[in-house]
Amino acid sequence: MAPAIDCQGLVKRFGSYTAVQGVTFQLPAGKIMGFVGPNGAGKTTIIRMLCGVLLPSEGRATVLGFDVRSQAEEIKQRIGYMSQKFSLYEDLTVQENLDFYAGVYGLHGETVRIRQGQVIDRIGLHERTGQPVAALSGGWKQRVALACSLLHAPQLLVLDEPTAGVDPVSRRVFWDLIRRLAAEGVTVLVSTHYMDEAATCDYLGFVFYGRLIAYGPPDEMKKREGKNNLDDLFIDYVQREASDDPRNRAVARGKN
Amino acid sequence: MPRFSLIRFRAVLKKEFIHIRRDRPSLIMAIAMPIAMLLLFGYAVNTDVEHLPTVVWDQAQSADSRAIIASLRNIQYLDPDYFVQGYQQIQSYLDSGRARVAVVIPPDFGKRLAGGEQASLQVLVDGSDPTVARAAMSAVQLLGLHKSLELQSWRLAGLSGAPNLAMPLAVETRVWYNPDMKSTVFNIPALIGLILQNVIAMLTSFSMVREKERGTMEQLVVTPIRSLELLLGKLLPFVLIGFVSLSLILAVGIFWFDVPPKGSLLLLILLATVFLFTILAIGLLISTVARTQLQAMQMTFVLILPSILLSGFIFPRETMPRLLQVVGGLVPLTYFLEIVRGIFLKGVGLEFLWQDTLALCAFAVVLLGLAAKKFKKNLD
Repeated sequence: MAPAIDCQGLVKRFGSYTAVQGVTFQLPAGKIMGFVGPNGAGKTTIIRMLCGVLLPSEGRATVLGFDVRSQAEEIKQRIGYMSQKFSLYEDLTVQENLDFYAGVYGLHGETVRIRQGQVIDRIGLHERTGQPVAALSGGWKQRVALACSLLHAPQLLVLDEPTAGVDPVSRRVFWDLIRRLAAEGVTVLVSTHYMDEAATCDYLGFVFYGRLIAYGPPDEMKKREGKNNLDDLFIDYVQREASDDPRNRAVARGKN
Repeated sequence: MPRFSLIRFRAVLKKEFIHIRRDRPSLIMAIAMPIAMLLLFGYAVNTDVEHLPTVVWDQAQSADSRAIIASLRNIQYLDPDYFVQGYQQIQSYLDSGRARVAVVIPPDFGKRLAGGEQASLQVLVDGSDPTVARAAMSAVQLLGLHKSLELQSWRLAGLSGAPNLAMPLAVETRVWYNPDMKSTVFNIPALIGLILQNVIAMLTSFSMVREKERGTMEQLVVTPIRSLELLLGKLLPFVLIGFVSLSLILAVGIFWFDVPPKGSLLLLILLATVFLFTILAIGLLISTVARTQLQAMQMTFVLILPSILLSGFIFPRETMPRLLQVVGGLVPLTYFLEIVRGIFLKGVGLEFLWQDTLALCAFAVVLLGLAAKKFKKNLD
């Protein structure tokens, strides 16, 4: 089976600044991949290139078999996207947001009602459909956003720090949903800062200074470097890659 | 695949209407602001000079002097309501602003008139507002001229009983298009353009910037929505609002201020639509450039100032320095003012307005194209 994501030497430059340099990886369909790395490492830039929103400066990538440069429209129709920044219309009700995104994804007729029903069931939004989004709590807003991105039954779900600033209970509910989706064959690409979330992913990618410095299943990675947990592994990578980073000097001083 | 999708377009349209319905301030702005602005401007931007409070020092106290005061009142420009004795009192009236004009009639006024000599009349005008002063002066001078001609003919008649007492030269003046020279007639049509521009440009400029400010744009770019679908879906509600605003202003102008258009109302609405599209394009352009609603608001104000000063709305463009005329020529309102005044005041049609219409169409096409291009880049 063809990989859901196939990246070959992806590079992105903004002027003279290189945000992403030579990222290469392959993600099999139906798997969950976690993107970890410090803020500003280039995770979001890679994700935006894979969504067909940002054109790569060099390299090539296919998502669900479509080229990110020339077939962005096909990709957009088949992926669901949700970002850290809550981005639904607050003055609209949950139902109106669902209606809008159903339209945006070109659903029509009976399909709209069926898909909306499925998504509302799955995420448990029954009592909330009539409420304005502005009145919901952070965790609920996040779930509505997920609902909107699932309406068109995407084959790939791209989540950019979906649980940043969400309470532990909502996080648990959220991840249960993601795992169930993956079990149904949906490929998931998710960036996160939480190592407990990262540990349960099928694949992990460490992004640092615009490069993918390690990639593979989490257990393999730990074994390879002889570490017991991902936190240690992460810090170890960072120390090796950038000994002059001020954060590392602080860590090193703490040890000595 | 990259085809215009009616489903996506309809989704945007529906969402925009919900936004507008829920957004009370914008709704009020679209309906109440045009009327409020029209009433404010219609009454405030009034350069007519009428019924200036006038103080009179009648030293003669004769039939002739009373006759001249009565004629002063009759010309409507002056209201000789205050009667005083002495220059000091006159000064206090003018200083305090209780009177704008003072008329002094000398004691020998009647005697000199009767004796066939030249009688004089002193008129003092408060010149702090030149428009007022000029109007008052010309009114009084006209009255003086009129009176002396009348007297002259009486005297001539008494002297020789000449058969032909007609004026050797009669200068007959007539004002066209706005015979009463009322400034509302001049201002109200122009206000239609100015208000339409201000309200619609501001509302439109908010529409896109709001998506950016609230982060919803980020979500839209990863969906298959195309820029044209989003653009049209966002513009159409404002076209509708523009028509509502236009009808409201027209109704208030015609029925409240009593300034009916002399020309074709249909042509006016047609050309106003072209102007509306130009304004929508400007609003959209602002919306794609600005990052926040505050910035959008500021940019809209940058547009409003030259629209008021350089378009011919208040000051005639003919008297402006060349450079300012050129700058004024870059403001679409300039052309729409020619059109709207032409239709309202002169009742002319396209045969005289085609150049302005063409200019307006050019603005609409160029600006809409520019906005669409800029907008597309923004989305990608």
